[in-house]
Amino acid sequence: MGRRLLPFAIFLLLAFFLAVGLRLNPSEVPSPLIDRPAPHFSLPLLADPDRVVSEHDMLGQVWLFNVWASWCSACLDEHPLLMQMAMRGELPIYGLDYKDRAEDALEWLEHRGDPYVLTVADQDGRTGIDYGVYGVPETYLIDPHGVIRYKHIGPLTAHVLEETILPMARELRQ
Amino acid sequence: MIRFLALVALLTLSASGAVQAKEAVPVAEDPVLEARLAELAAELRCLVCQNQTLAESDADLAKDLRREIRRMMQQGLNDAEIVDFLVQRYGDFVLYRPPLKTTTALLWFGPLILVVIGAGVGVVALRRRRRRVAAAPLSAEETRRLEHLLRRRAS
Repeated sequence: MGRRLLPFAIFLLLAFFLAVGLRLNPSEVPSPLIDRPAPHFSLPLLADPDRVVSEHDMLGQVWLFNVWASWCSACLDEHPLLMQMAMRGELPIYGLDYKDRAEDALEWLEHRGDPYVLTVADQDGRTGIDYGVYGVPETYLIDPHGVIRYKHIGPLTAHVLEETILPMARELRQ
Repeated sequence: MIRFLALVALLTLSASGAVQAKEAVPVAEDPVLEARLAELAAELRCLVCQNQTLAESDADLAKDLRREIRRMMQQGLNDAEIVDFLVQRYGDFVLYRPPLKTTTALLWFGPLILVVIGAGVGVVALRRRRRRVAAAPLSAEETRRLEHLLRRRAS
């Protein structure tokens, strides 16, 4: 009896591993930056290129750093959610306009609404490399000490926001 | 006249070519560095199209990273320092040959473990089969029937 069940047990084990494998998203690579200080940047504001902003300016608060671009179609998916969040005002969102033309980006924001406290422009993508950006949109949750606590790759969803990001942000604020 | 026009056209073309090729100037300037870049980039994974190396990929990010690697090489960084730069940002995933760590142990030893298990199963199965073949003496009844059958065949 045991001998007959063995192949079945092996089959179940294999099926389990394959099922888990199917649910994983191979394009989501874990970031080595979690629990590390947010990489330094010093970038001009999209709306006012004479003003330069760095990550130090955001110290003391929990904030979201959202990497987006006007050419990025997936950014449209998460945009309504970001607008809602901006309205609620619970968690400030700062934007990183990644490898974009300033005119296009400004028009995009004007046309669709601007959920960002401010947006810095990373025209050559150098800051994106420091943050390990490889697919826009990407979103980082950064704590009051400037440490990255969470990274989401791809468009934000209401589920991730309500179940993961906002609870983490509340905890970090205490 | 025609020759003169051709010359003008050629000069204009080459001039505009030089302007367009501005970014690619270092390539022509330093073939040694380019060869080193190509060799290193072939060991690194492009994160956008994950089954291509950084050397092969045409993705924008791959181009940017090649440019970044080129810049670091010009600054005199060695390969290990450049790989470290990338691993700090993108993780071990960029390496086609990941380092041996607790998180990658299964990756490195998994195939070996499977071979050992397979060999074990094979040895056990073979031993069992041999035992089954050897341990089957005929009973008295069977011997009698066998002789009977053989005799019938012979006659």
